[in-house]
Amino acid sequence: MSTPAALWTLFATLLIGLSYFAGVTFVLGLLWRLVGYLRTPMPYPAALTPAPTTDAGAAARVAGDVLFFPSLFKADKALWAGAWVFHVALWVILIRHLRYFTYPVPGISVAMSSVALWAGYVFGVAILFLFWRRLALPRALYVSGVPDYFALALLGLIAATGILTKYWLHVNLVDVKAFTLGLLTLRPVAPPAHPLFLVHFLLVIGLMLYFPFSKLLHAGGIFFSPTRNQPFDVQKCKKR
Amino acid sequence: MAKFDEAPIIKDPPINGILRPPDIREDASVGVKCWPSKPKDTRAIDLPTERLPDWQARGVAKLGELLERNKALRVFLDICVRCGACADKCQFYLGTGDPRNMPVARAELLRAVYRRYYTPLGRRMPQAANAADFDEEMLALWYTYFYQCSECRRCSVFCPYGIDTAEITIAAREIMAEIGVSTKYVTEVVAKVYDTGNNLGIPPAAWKDNCEFLEEDVLEQTGVPIKFPVDMQGAEVLLVPPSADNFANTETMIGYAKLFHVLGISWTTSTYCNEGGNFGLFLNFANMKKVNNRILTAARMLGVKTIIWGECGHAWRAGIFTPSLSGPMDEFDPPYPYHISQFTVDMLRRGALNGKIDKNANDQYLVTYHDPCNAARAGQLVEEPREIIRACCNRFVEMPADTIREKTFCCGAGNGLLTDEIMPIRMAGGKPRAMAVKHTGANFLATVCAICKAQLPESMHYWGVPVEVGGVAQLLGNALKL
Repeated sequence: MSTPAALWTLFATLLIGLSYFAGVTFVLGLLWRLVGYLRTPMPYPAALTPAPTTDAGAAARVAGDVLFFPSLFKADKALWAGAWVFHVALWVILIRHLRYFTYPVPGISVAMSSVALWAGYVFGVAILFLFWRRLALPRALYVSGVPDYFALALLGLIAATGILTKYWLHVNLVDVKAFTLGLLTLRPVAPPAHPLFLVHFLLVIGLMLYFPFSKLLHAGGIFFSPTRNQPFDVQKCKKR
Repeated sequence: MAKFDEAPIIKDPPINGILRPPDIREDASVGVKCWPSKPKDTRAIDLPTERLPDWQARGVAKLGELLERNKALRVFLDICVRCGACADKCQFYLGTGDPRNMPVARAELLRAVYRRYYTPLGRRMPQAANAADFDEEMLALWYTYFYQCSECRRCSVFCPYGIDTAEITIAAREIMAEIGVSTKYVTEVVAKVYDTGNNLGIPPAAWKDNCEFLEEDVLEQTGVPIKFPVDMQGAEVLLVPPSADNFANTETMIGYAKLFHVLGISWTTSTYCNEGGNFGLFLNFANMKKVNNRILTAARMLGVKTIIWGECGHAWRAGIFTPSLSGPMDEFDPPYPYHISQFTVDMLRRGALNGKIDKNANDQYLVTYHDPCNAARAGQLVEEPREIIRACCNRFVEMPADTIREKTFCCGAGNGLLTDEIMPIRMAGGKPRAMAVKHTGANFLATVCAICKAQLPESMHYWGVPVEVGGVAQLLGNALKL
């Protein structure tokens, strides 16, 4: 075997190993954090006004918070718009990416073909906006730290490399899918030898490793927030 | 009002009763600190009398214990993204411009320590993870800024995840209490409760005297013999007022008595527990529980059918904790816990007060209502006081929508801040409320909290708002036909 080929094989093997390590860390890390939230008791009622009085009402409230960010809307309209667009675009991108991990591809993922790339651009613009406001608004600047810039930069780079592989430096979709499906079915094959794709993929691995140990955990933590997921039922079943 | 340093206070005017967020003024209020506790008080309430030699290790360990015990703390320490939605929502930031009074920055004081000792990244790469040691400098910041937070939860309303800085402040104060760092005001009050049964330190004999004095007073004013029963065995209702109602806000106390008189319900106060306000909530869990237990003990001692909490914001917040803190209340008549405003509204809706209210009696007042932070945001008590005011007053006006109901501003002195040495913080924090009241042109500011009733006259005076402060029960008492 020639030297470059040997190095490539070594790299491909390391990448496959790293992928599994990241996947396991992501899943176990997330479980560790979320199970921690789940099993920790709340020693007193904490529902925030105006609170629903039933469990169903509380579930609806959490669902509303997750889908529409009403509190943020009350707080800051520009931030709400930026954050909401950012998250919706992220969902579109994630769902569209299902086509790399499933066979046959789910209908919703196929249906998004016309908007997916736009979502990528919108996502990028939203990240730029969120980054800009951290630097431009004195209060946001004061509270922003390394982790805040890092998370935005990481997502921004993932978006940029993703869009580039789609547009300029086209990567062969069949090779990508062979690689990802190989990982998922535990029959790994070599990744496509495409530098931009490899950067994109490595950044995603970084994101998976970082996610459970960072503020990105808000994605799961929001479901456990006692001020929002508790009904105010202290006086439940009482004649009033 | 004695002279105090006004430098921390921003004097810029509001627009239509609303303050614009000020520019950041680093360290504007860093010098405003509560006086430290005295050994005689901390000894009486099972806290270290001075800072422990191994305070760092003990503090970090206590944080670990709280993480296991309190879901809110655990979740809120992890999930903040520092978006800044809360940054301009705190009355103490609006009044001082000190960036550490932005809720997110205040919470970061605890988060930095949490990350340093309890997260994998913070342990290994403190700088990159915004983590910081629990050292002398950090403790000083904690002592200053966690006693410049009134645990009012306003920030939580605007947080996309409902992160409640009150939970963060409660935890930080509990950690400080554990290592022997607490304030004179809060510890003194808790010690007084164990000594006399109430926050003001009124002994039983003086309480009875006060009640007799009120009876004479009401008899003189109205010609009707209205009772203020004390320690009456077998009364239907145990009223747990804030003790200040018997001492400073007597018109509110008279309002309760007139209401029970008109309804023909037998009631009593207890000299074992004549205090709803629970300062344990501002200090640590053990004392909060111990203070709260006294309410059920008093009710059992007197054999009452039910307990009614008086007009006190944090009494009501602790009140709704009662079944969680002090065990089931099944032996009492439902509903429970029961607030005097809820009781009044139930009586109104049932028609028990039909024909017994003369609304014109309050016509000299243009009334506005201040939602106490704890009553409104923690105790869901928003509509009831308004319903009572509308039933007994012809002239009622609301403050701007962003300053009432769940978006209400704290009076500026809640949850352990009602002490004179931090007057700059109290007046700065009281500014958003004062400006909103001024905007209405009201001459009567009604509320259902004894701390608000102590702070508001001072803050209204300071900000030049000519308004009388009083209770909702007081307005009802004025209008009741005896």
